[in-house]
This record gives sequence, structure tokens and C-alpha cells, in this order.
Amino acid sequence: METLFFILSWTQPTINALAIAALSLFFLWMLGGRFLMPAAWGRFADSHLVYSFRRDAVAKGSLGILLVLLVASFACPWIAPTNPYDPASLDLMMAQTPPAWMEGGEPDQLPAFVLGADDQGRDLLSTMLYGMRVSLVIGIGAVLLQAVLGIAIGLTAGYLGKRVEMLLMRLADVQLSFSTLLVAIFIGAMFRTAFGVASYERLAVPILICIIGLAEWPQYARTVRASVLAEKKKEYVEAARVVGLPAWRIMLRHILPNTLSPVLVISTVQVANAMMTEAGLSFLGFGMPVTQPSLGSLINTGFEYLLSGSWWITIFPGALLVVLILSINLLGDFCRDVMNPRLYKGM
Amino acid sequence: MTSMTPPSAAAPLLEVQHLEVSFPTKTKTLVAVRDVSFTLHRGERLGLVGESGAGKSITGFSILKLISRPGRISNGSILFEGRDLVPLSEQEMRPLRGDRISMIFQDPMMTLNPVLTIGTQMIETLLAHRRLSRREARDQAIETLRAVHIPSPEKRMDQYPHQFSGGMRQRIVIAIALLTRPSLIIADEPTTALDVTIQAEILDLLLELAEHEGMGLLLITHDLAVVSQVTDRVAVMYAGRIVEIGPTEQVVHAPQHPYTQGLLAALPQTHAGEPGTGRLAQIHGIMPSLYNTPPGCAFHPRCPVRIHACSETVPALRPCSQTGTLAACHLVE
Amino acid sequence: MIMSTALVSIRNVVKHFDISGGLLEQLRFSGGRPTLKRTVVHALNDVSLDVQQGETLAVVGESGCGKSTLARAVVCLHQLSSGEIHYRDQRIDHLPPARLLPFRTKLQMIFQDPYASLNPRMTVQRILEEPLRLHHRAMTPAQIAERVAAVMEQVGVRASWARQYPHEFSGGQRQRISIARALIVDPECIVADEPISALDVSIQAQILNLMMDLQESRALTYLFISHDLNVVRRIATRVAVMYLGSLCELATARQLFESPRHPYTQALLSAIPALGRGRRGRIRLSGELSTPIDLPRGCVFHPRCPHAYEPCRVDTPAPQTLDTGTVVACHAVRDGRI
Repeated sequence: METLFFILSWTQPTINALAIAALSLFFLWMLGGRFLMPAAWGRFADSHLVYSFRRDAVAKGSLGILLVLLVASFACPWIAPTNPYDPASLDLMMAQTPPAWMEGGEPDQLPAFVLGADDQGRDLLSTMLYGMRVSLVIGIGAVLLQAVLGIAIGLTAGYLGKRVEMLLMRLADVQLSFSTLLVAIFIGAMFRTAFGVASYERLAVPILICIIGLAEWPQYARTVRASVLAEKKKEYVEAARVVGLPAWRIMLRHILPNTLSPVLVISTVQVANAMMTEAGLSFLGFGMPVTQPSLGSLINTGFEYLLSGSWWITIFPGALLVVLILSINLLGDFCRDVMNPRLYKGM
Repeated sequence: MTSMTPPSAAAPLLEVQHLEVSFPTKTKTLVAVRDVSFTLHRGERLGLVGESGAGKSITGFSILKLISRPGRISNGSILFEGRDLVPLSEQEMRPLRGDRISMIFQDPMMTLNPVLTIGTQMIETLLAHRRLSRREARDQAIETLRAVHIPSPEKRMDQYPHQFSGGMRQRIVIAIALLTRPSLIIADEPTTALDVTIQAEILDLLLELAEHEGMGLLLITHDLAVVSQVTDRVAVMYAGRIVEIGPTEQVVHAPQHPYTQGLLAALPQTHAGEPGTGRLAQIHGIMPSLYNTPPGCAFHPRCPVRIHACSETVPALRPCSQTGTLAACHLVE
Repeated sequence: MIMSTALVSIRNVVKHFDISGGLLEQLRFSGGRPTLKRTVVHALNDVSLDVQQGETLAVVGESGCGKSTLARAVVCLHQLSSGEIHYRDQRIDHLPPARLLPFRTKLQMIFQDPYASLNPRMTVQRILEEPLRLHHRAMTPAQIAERVAAVMEQVGVRASWARQYPHEFSGGQRQRISIARALIVDPECIVADEPISALDVSIQAQILNLMMDLQESRALTYLFISHDLNVVRRIATRVAVMYLGSLCELATARQLFESPRHPYTQALLSAIPALGRGRRGRIRLSGELSTPIDLPRGCVFHPRCPHAYEPCRVDTPAPQTLDTGTVVACHAVRDGRI
């Protein structure tokens, strides 16, 4: 059990590091791709995707906002005014301090308390940035898990067909017929009873990733299976079989790369969905604990004070969540429109 | 049907003049059809031949003004029964489409709605253009199905498209095109998707109907053999331009333009010598894409007889003294 | 009919596809009682053919006649319902993938659609290297690159374009690359499934000439599937005519085009569109087209055949060899009626 704890407790730092690496790679590519890999850059810059992106103001805006939010959340230890995970930052005297520009605000302590403080007296902006990181880590982590499971299952089902396909796809149907929220509440409650609240708080992030990841893999499995079925009929797959390549190699080298466009499209939507699920769970009190609040749990705690005048504890995290999810979804819509094979063939 | 009598019987049914169709893209404007002019008289059958990308289908679509955006007719006029179609609005075009001008596509399922019986589809088409009772429309539809040789048309009226074979579907599409007794039918590769034996039947049918009904037929195809069997005159297109136009017999048996010559020589059936031996005559290279059409005559990089002028000036269509065809080649006299 | 000299021998091959789908789709109600009805496509019904070394055996027929299924059966892409495929007297259709590998280098295939037969996410280089890496593990990267370049030059694609992706090539060039992929393992026999029907006329001639050149320089044997009789006449040594999954006639190209015996072959030949208006007496076929899902009893062609008589509706005609060497499956020919 201890080893499991140990492995699971590494999930958040790992995903955090992965996200930072991916972001830096992205920026490096945008800045230096032209010089480092001119051929690949040329193909990328000439692609239909980039061309459509340049002409789509909504997509450009969404990507801009999303990048700012991503950088802000993963760089929070360096840019946040205070560290909300540090017990020393708790100061009940400052609880429910209003935003700096309001009466009763703390303009002389800027940049701290610019958006006020939560019910524990933590700087709200810092708590939101750390909370957004938790939300994103859970969202991205759950989607990675979903994608790995779903792609593997969908690919196997689509390529092998017959009995295997029927078994796996029925399994997906069964999985989809459970409500994610109910399963999460159930598992969370079980875990708390079995191992105590303290270990739950330590492992909340990996547990939520597992729960949300396991709940939604059928989306991927279905999408991948559908495009595998379409690709499988194409002659290049038959050609690979005539060459004599083994089935696993045809699946991984030939079919999989050609099914990734729809996977990319649903991934954006799925990240947003996973974050919504997490926020919903936290709002109901089954998600992230108060010591490491996510945006959802911040909204939840603030909700108690909403009617007593301290609206900022709920409204600011809520608005941030809406902006984050909206920008992801708009970007996803853009990807879907551009990559829709019926509108545009080949890439 | 008599309400739209043509203004004068001597005027050609269709007169396309200097037609130019262009598609603006991210970097530049692609001109898919350039300076295309031809006339089609009542009861005449004209073939439009070319390889894919030659602009033959776009020419056909532009007559019905069915060019999808951002493409547009950027120059020229299309006189149909003496009236220019180019300035007409979408609303003014609608009564012409499917009524005075019909179109037959390569894939019958582009025309047929899979969830409606063919009877319903035919009756709806008729009622959209004619003031008829349903009874009359039904009778007329059955009549037309009989004209395209569909056995027991009364029973077939209540069947769905998927219950017909490919050849039968194409007959139905032809029947729908004929319903309103149009004066012009544009057929875009009508037999390409069909088997040889069925293709022969459909060609016979088109020929028979064109002769009977006295309508004009614009047959768009890549298949020179098909064109040579059905049409009176033929226009050969290459890279957006007509390179040769004239009576079919003349063009097929005494082609003047080097491209037409090469195309005909490349057919496996010409000079059918000893089976299994001998190579085919081939045109080297490929048709230039619209992105980089060569200067001068677009065919000159592939042309076996090119001269210096070919790479500099675009040859105009000139009458050839021996055959009476027009060819766009500097070498034609 | 079985000759031991044949390179590829197709023996009594039957291939049925079950397209009935799941249980719910099979469910039918007849007489108030639910029954399960299976829908089976009879793609090939007892076809026997021998491909001789060095020849071009063309298989012609209209859509749905099973010619593409036959091509895929020969390269073991389909599991046969019954029958055998032999390569140099070794049965290959029942071999597991690992034991089939040596034959994969002998027997290759070219496909119809140059836009679908090359993986859009792989460069030409990778497409051509892959078979070599699989079959010749001892080859060094330098040897592989050399072989790829040599084959590309041979099919008329500049070797310097190896780093490009398929969408950067025209249809004709893609088909050349597709041919290169088949050639790279140095096969003896190539099954070509409508290799030129998706191409423009001027490109068709180029590809056809290339195939003839390659046959000469590499002593290749072709099993050439086509619906275009004009093309077949140019390239084939022998021609097999198929209709609804059955073999109608098999003859040398000259025999077949000069004196076709089977009524279907006669109709097919008369329907070839010729240049010029001279529409000589075309044989008009009447009757509804049958589908391979519900095959007619007896001779599959009898509903459309102008010479059909009693036995045609009852018995399936067996192929018989005439004095001229032509093989025909027709009751009327057997009985001397035509």
C-alpha cells in the first residue's frame, strides 16, 4: 500500500513537470522552429491548420488567453504574491478581506490581497492561481489516462474486429452507463473510510485523475474505433499487409497516426469536461480538500459567504473557471471545424 | 412549357463567350477557366473533353451558376436563349435550373434523395416548376420513366433509390432531368461510374433522347471514345482553355492540336496492333497545376513540336484550313 | 487443368462474405415468427485459374464480378471459404503470417487508388524502406538507401524526392511510388488491381508503358485486374472473363478478341466504346442485373443471356477446354448451339 501511495504521490509533480516541458517546447517551437527545423516548420506553417488559424480571430484570442492562463498557473510558485500551501500564510485576521479597490481592502499590501482574501485569510489571487494549477493538472492528467486507455482499446477493437470488438465496445457502453459523479463520490467515500481523511488529502489529485480518467475513456475508444474502421479499408493498410508487416506494427505505425486528428479534437473538449467534473466534485465537497483548494473547492467555500456580502471568494474563481473552459472549448471548436474530414480532406 | 418560347429560333441555344472562372486563395487568384467560348445550337450535342483539372466540369457548373464560393465567374457572358445568365441573381436562376437547363451528375446519388421514393422525387420536381395536379404530375413522371426504358414504371415509382442498380439509377436521374422537357441538358461524366455494358445502354439512351426531344446536350467527359460516339462537335480543354474545337469526326480522325493528337495516340485502342506487344504513345509529364501555369501555350513544356513562340505568346484559336476545326496552336495553318 | 508449371495456381476458390452484421440486424419476421437471416455475398464461386510464369494474365469483368476479391485472395489478404492458392506448387492460402513471409517477397500487389494506397503520414523514403527492413534484416542503412534510390529511378521518380510526403505528388507519380513499393522486395509476380483506372488518359499510357518495361527488364509475371478491355487488349497475353464471381471464358488475348465464345464475352466486347460513330451491331443485354447476394440458379449469366435455354436455368456450367485452347463455361457452347 505504501508503494502505491508513493507512486501516486508523484502524479502531480510529474504532470506539472510534463506540462511545463510541453509549454516550453511549444514556445521554443514558435520562436526557434523556423531556424532549427526549417523543413518541418515550412510544412507546419503552410498547413491548412495554421492558415485557418491566422484568419480566425476567435481562435487566436482563445489561444492567447489559454496560453496566458497556462503560464500563470504552472509558474504560480514564482509569480503568485503568497504561497497558500504554506500554513504561515493563513491569517484568520485577514479572512474575507475585500479586493484592494473596495472599502476595507488592503491597498498598501499590494500585490498581496489585490483580489481580497478567502475565508482562511489566504490571498485570493494566489489561491486561485494554485487552484487553477490543480484543476489543470487533474484535467490534463485525466485526459492523458483516458486517451491512453481509450486509444489502446479503440485501436484493438477496430483493427481486430469480430468478438474482441464486440466485447470491448460493450464494456465501453457499460462504463458510459455509470454516472461519473456518482462513481467518484462512491470511490472517494470508500477511500476516506478505508484510509482516513489525512491520506485522502495527500492523494486527492491522483485519485481524482484516476476516477475521471477511468470514467471517460469510452469517448476515446469510440472515436478511435470509428476512424480505425474507416482507415482499415484504405488500400495503404492492405499494402502494408501484403508487405507482411505484423498486425501490431500496422496498427501503431500505419493506422494510429492517421486517426490522431479526431483524437486531438476531442482531447480539447475532454480537458474542459474533466475540469468541469473536478469542479463539480469539489463543489459538492468530494473533490479537493480545503488545504489544497482547486477552483471548484474555492467556489464551494465562497458560496457560504456569497449572501453575506463576500461575493469575491466565489465570483473570481468562478469567472476564471468560465474563461479557462470557454477558451479551451472555443479552441476545440476551431480544431473540429478545421480538421473535419468532411469539410477538408488530408492534412 | 409554351410560356417560355425562345425569342428567335435562329439564335444559338447557348453561347458562352470569353468565360473566365477564378478562385481566390490565400496567396493568389487561381484562374480555373480562361477565355472559353463556344456555341451550342438547338438539338446539337457538344462534347467537352479534358483530363482532370482541365476546367471542363467548372465550365459546366458555371453555366448553371453553381460555382461554390469563393470561386466566381470573373469575366465573360453566358447567353442562354439570348439571355445573359452571368448577372442573374440566385433567385432569378432558380426557375431556370432543373427546368430549362437540367444537369446529370456522375454519381446518381448526388441527385437522388435516399429516403424518398423516386415517384415522390419526380412529382415534387415537376410540381416545383409546373402548375399541375398530383395526378397529372404522376402520369407525366410515369411517362418519362417509360421514355428512359424503365420496365414497369408504375411499380417502380414507389421504390427507393437503393432498390435500383447503378445503371437504373442513372436512368432515373436522366428521367428527372427530362421531366420538364428542358432545352439544354448538361451531363457531367454521366457514364464514368458505370460498367461498359451499362455505359453503352446509357449512351444509346442519351443519343436517342437528344435526337427525339431536340434538346441541346453538353456532354462533359474525360473519355474521347464516349464523346466520339455521342456528340456532333467536340471541344478539347487543357489547363483551363479550349485548345481545339470542331466537328467530332474531324477532331477524332484528324486532330490538329498536338495535345489532342497525343491524347488520341495514348488511347490503348488506337493502332490496336498485336495484342500483348508494343508500347503506347505517351505524352510526357503532367498537366500543369493552376498554381504554376507556364507562360505562353500551357502545353508547350510537354509538346513534342514546340517552337520558340510557344513559350512566349498564348496562341489564339485559329481555323485550320483543311478540316474546318479551330485549334489554339502556333503551328496550325 | 492443374499444370505443375504454373507460377500461381488458383484452385476451386470460393469466397463468401457474411455481411449480416449483429444479431439485431439479422432478425427477420416471417409468418409471425422471428427468424435469423444471414446475408452472404458470393464474391467468388469455384474459380480456378493458372498464372504461367512470365505472362500477363488479365482478369476482366464488371463491378461486382469478384475480380478484386480474386486479386486479394491470391495475395492472401482474404481467408478463403474454400479452395486453395498455390505458389510454385506450395500451398500458401492456409499459412500463418510468419510462414507466409518468404512468399511476400515473391508476390506483391499494386492497388487501384493512388490517393489511398500510400500512407499519408509517411515519407516516400519510409514507405519504400519498410518492406526492406522487414524482409532483409541484414541490409545496412546504406544498402537500403541505395536500393530505394535505384528502384525510384527505375520507376521514373527522382530519388531526390524521397523525403517528400505522398500528397506532394501527382496521381501518376504516386502510382509509380506504389509500383516501387511492390518492386523493392524484388518480386516474381505482381498482382495489379486496376492500376490505371483512377488515372488520366495521358498518365494511363505512361504507367502502362512503365509496367511493360518493368516486365521485360525484371521478367515479371502480372495478374492484371481491369475493367477496361482496350487496356487489356494492349497488355495481356491471356484474358479471363468473369461474371458474378464465376469464370466465363479464359483464352489467349488474340483468341478472345477475335473469336469470343461465351455470350457474355461477346456482349462485353461489343459494348467497348470505339472511337468514331461507327456503332456496329452492339449486343443488347436485357433483363435485370443480378447481385452477388442472391445469385441466380444455374448459369449466373442466364437472366441476361440472349442464348439462354433450359439447362442454363438448372445447372451451373462447368469450364471446358475447346480445341482452340479456349476455356469456356457455357451450356450453349458445349451443345454446339453457338
